[in-house]
Parts: sequence; C-alpha cells; structure tokens
Amino acid sequence: MSASTDEVAERGRTHEAPPPRRRQFTKRTSLTILAYLTPAFIFVIIFTYYPLVVGGQMAFRKWSLYDLTSTPFIGLENFTTLIANPLFSKVMLNSLVWVVASLVVQFLIGFMLALGLRKKFRFRGVYQAMIFYPWAVSGFLIGILFRWMFNSEFGVFNDMLMRTGVSAKPIPWLANPDLALVAVIVANVWYGVAFFAIMILAALQSVPHELHEAAAIDGAGRWRTLTRVTIPTIRTTLVLTVLLRVIWIFNFPDIIYGMTGGGPGNQTQIATTWMIQFTQQGDYGLASALGFIVMGVLVVFTGVYLTLLTRERKP
Amino acid sequence: MIQKDPLWVSIPRAAGLGVWALISLFPLYWILLTSFKPANQIAEYPVRYWPREFSFSNYTSLFQKSEFGAYLLNSLVVSASAAFVATTIALLSAYVLSRFHFRSKGAVMMAFLVTQMIPAFIALGPLYQMFTNLGLVDKRFGLVLVYIAMSIPFASIMLRGFFDNVPDSLEEAAMVDGASRFGALWRVIVPVMTPGIIATFIFNFVNSWNELFLAVTLINTDDRKTIPTALNGFISNFNIEWGPMSAAAVLTILPTMVLFAFASRWIVAGLTQGATKG
Repeated sequence: MSASTDEVAERGRTHEAPPPRRRQFTKRTSLTILAYLTPAFIFVIIFTYYPLVVGGQMAFRKWSLYDLTSTPFIGLENFTTLIANPLFSKVMLNSLVWVVASLVVQFLIGFMLALGLRKKFRFRGVYQAMIFYPWAVSGFLIGILFRWMFNSEFGVFNDMLMRTGVSAKPIPWLANPDLALVAVIVANVWYGVAFFAIMILAALQSVPHELHEAAAIDGAGRWRTLTRVTIPTIRTTLVLTVLLRVIWIFNFPDIIYGMTGGGPGNQTQIATTWMIQFTQQGDYGLASALGFIVMGVLVVFTGVYLTLLTRERKP
Repeated sequence: MIQKDPLWVSIPRAAGLGVWALISLFPLYWILLTSFKPANQIAEYPVRYWPREFSFSNYTSLFQKSEFGAYLLNSLVVSASAAFVATTIALLSAYVLSRFHFRSKGAVMMAFLVTQMIPAFIALGPLYQMFTNLGLVDKRFGLVLVYIAMSIPFASIMLRGFFDNVPDSLEEAAMVDGASRFGALWRVIVPVMTPGIIATFIFNFVNSWNELFLAVTLINTDDRKTIPTALNGFISNFNIEWGPMSAAAVLTILPTMVLFAFASRWIVAGLTQGATKG
C-alpha cells in the first residue's frame, strides 16, 4: 500500500510541473469551488451581510424599535443630531484616550514579554498558557471581575493601596469621574497584553538566527541588535498588529459595558458603548449613524497610518 | 543563539516574567477566592487574602436563586452546535481557499475579513426584525444560526492556514488512487489536520459561549438564556450580589479556560498564521 501511494505521489508531483498554472481550469473545477463555498456564503450573506446592509440604511431613517410601522427617510438628520449632541466630542475624546492609552501600554508590556519568551526555557508552554487564559474569558465578564476588584468598599485594589500606605483612605475608583477611565483602561491592558505578546513572539521567532549571529560578530551589543536588526526585520508585523488592535479596541465596548456601563456621568462612554445605549433605547437610526462615523474614522485612520508608515521606509 | 545570557539579562527577565504571571493570574485567584468565601465574609473589611473557612454556599444559592443549571446547558448546547456546524462549513471554504487559485479569491477573503471589522450593533435591529418574521425570536435554534454565521469567516481564515501546511501531494495521491475530491478531503486530509480542526472548534465554541449582545437582543425567556445573558440580568439589578456572581463567573470561566489551555498551542499557531496571511 505505502509503496504504491509513494509511487502515485511521485507521479502526482510530476503532474504539477509548471507551478503558476498548476491545475487545468475546467468547468468542473469552478463548480467544485462554488459548491464548497456555497454553505459559508449562505450563512454569512443571510445572517451577517443582509442585516448589516439593512442596518446601514437605517442611519438615514428614523428607525425606532417601538414604532416599526413608520421608518421614514430623513437624510442626514441622524448625523446632525449626533454631532450637535454635547456628548459627541466627549465620547470621541474618551474613545481616543481609551484606544491610545490601552494600546501603548499593551504594546510595551507585550513586547517585553515576547522578548522574555524568545528563548526556550523549561515550562515555557505552561507559562504561555498561564498568561494567555484571559483570552478565553469574555470582555464583559472581565469588566465584572475588575468592577469587583475596584469596588470602593470591599475591593482588593483599595485594600492593597491602603495596606502598603499608598493611599490613606479608600478610593472610589468607578464613581470618581477622573479615575473611572483609568480603571477601565487598566482592565483592558490586562486583557490585551497576551495578544501582543503572542503576535510579537511569533514575529521574533521568524527572524533568522544568522542575522543575530552576524550582528554579534560585527560587535553589536544587545540593544543595538534589537533596535537595528530585530525591530526593522519585524517592522511589517508590528505595523499590522498595531493597526488590527486599533480597529479592534475602538470597536470593543464589552469591558466598559460590564464595568461601568459608560458611567459615571458618561465619563467612560466611548463610541461603541454609546451605540449600545442607543440600541437599548430602541433608536437604531442614531446607533447606525454612529456606526458609520466609527467606520469613517477607522478608514481615514488606516489610510493615514499606512501612508505615513510605508512612506517613511523609502529612501 | 549560541551565547549564554549573562546574569544582568537573565535575572531581570525572570523577574519580569514572574511579575506578569502574578498580575495575569491574580484576578482568577481573586474570583475563585471570593466564590468560596461564606456569604458574610465577602463584604468584609479589611479584605482577607485567604478565607477563614471555605464554603460552597455561593454555588448552592446561585443554583437555587436562578436557573443557572438551565443557562449552563443552554450555553453548552448552543455553543457546541454552532461551533460544530461552523467548523464543518469552514472546513470546506478553507479547503478551496487554500488549494485553488481563482480570480475572485481576494474578494472572498475580503468579504470574510470585513465582517470582523464592522461594529455588530448595526445589525441587531434588522436581525431582530428578520427573526420576528421567521418566528425565530426567543428560540435557541435562532441563536445557533447567528453564531454559525458569526464564526464562519474567522474559522475559514484560521483553517486555511492549517490547510496550507498540508502538502497537496497527499490528496492528489488519494485522488489518483480513485478517491473523489471530497473523499480525499474527508479521509486523507482531515485526519492529518485534527489538531488544527480541534483548535478551530474550540475557538468558535469559546466565542459563542462568551457572546452577549446578540443573545441579549434575541432571547427573552429566562430558561432559554445563555450564561452571558443571565449575567447581564444579574448586573442590571442595582445591587450586585457578589457571592453568587463570583460563583457564576467561576463556572463561566473554567470550562473555556480548560479548553483553551488544552489547545492553546494550536490556537496560537492558527491565529498567527491567519493574521500574517490576512
């Protein structure tokens, strides 16, 4: 059996001699491709794309869950209502702080962890599982866990601060307008570090050893090797990972929703938690319009970010 | 690397890794601890880092005061069915994406990736409307359908990475031996890819298990709720009962944690491959 399959495999390999046009593109092949893709398409089109398209045009309608009989077209009124809302600029500013602060800290800690994990050591697999587990927990539940730990009366964080003498009296983390945003960002950092560590570690492991050896032979120290050899080599991965995370954190209301619900007094309200609030009030028109603004911001950001970072490379 | 690290490198590194391990594990420890404290010791000051006595009272009151057994079962059935169907369907689409070169392939990948970037709340209203027309509101089956659709795109991208690692010659050999394409996929490739398939299944399972906003919108009846929907009900009450809440949190986290730990190596491989190809 094995001899004959080997032989056949050999024949199979000679068949695919010219690599770019490996297979004869027959009608039969196209039918196969179509047949294999169809089940996935049916689900994604019916349950994802169709509601998204319908939802998209709700941005230009008055659309309330409590009055589905009349959903008139109102042009850009939802957008002007949103922008005229005094909360709008605050929500945008909160979103910016939420994304930038979470991202910078996650990146720095994640990068250091990845550097620390680069070399094999005993129980490295166990260690990775230990720091990776937050990923198996929903953002919503993480919000609840941190809400408990940041509790002003019986929370463990206040207890630690008071035992160590950092603070003389309990701090009302989630009730204080200035501190609530800090607290939700702490929770988000805790959650997101593992992602950066894993992605950066994978990139680091793809750097050929010869590069490091060559740098060592040239007399480069660790710091120089890191900044002049390693980071430039994995630059593309870093740029893309950061971009994916920006999009993702911007769109990620779960932690805030579980922890503060956007409060106190909208101090932790970001664009997507605000969208949730609109949907809870049944006003899908406003929610959808806000969704468009979020997408617009992300598209513009992606364009600018990629242009800046790819142009800089060219001599 | 050839050279051995000097102490000024290895000691800070070990210390740094150790500190992060503590930070990473602490919330888990804390919620476990809270869940085993007797009701009267949860809101206690100063806080105790090791309980005076262990008690299961939070767990018993959780099951007595709420339908938590039903929530667990609902979550299990909904997530497992959605993950099973989504993984099977994605196996087919990922196979095609990995093995064939066709003109619209980029567009297909793009169509999958875009679904990952749009805020899902836009879709909630229309989905509710559609489900009302189809009679699927407040049905667990309806939730399964939405979760399948939610899981397919990323599962396809992830599985494609695993397919790319299996040489073409394997199924070509089987096909020359007279197997159909589907037969070759099913009997030759699937067995080789088992770790990747399990990892994808677990990833999908965990995502459905944790999903909140769709479930809150589509399910109303109490004994049809999944765990996140139920927890959402717990926190909407102004006073959260932290004892039963922590017990519920532990029971929600543990199953997915065990699954993730079991498959973390393959999930990491799937995620990093998927992302670099994307």
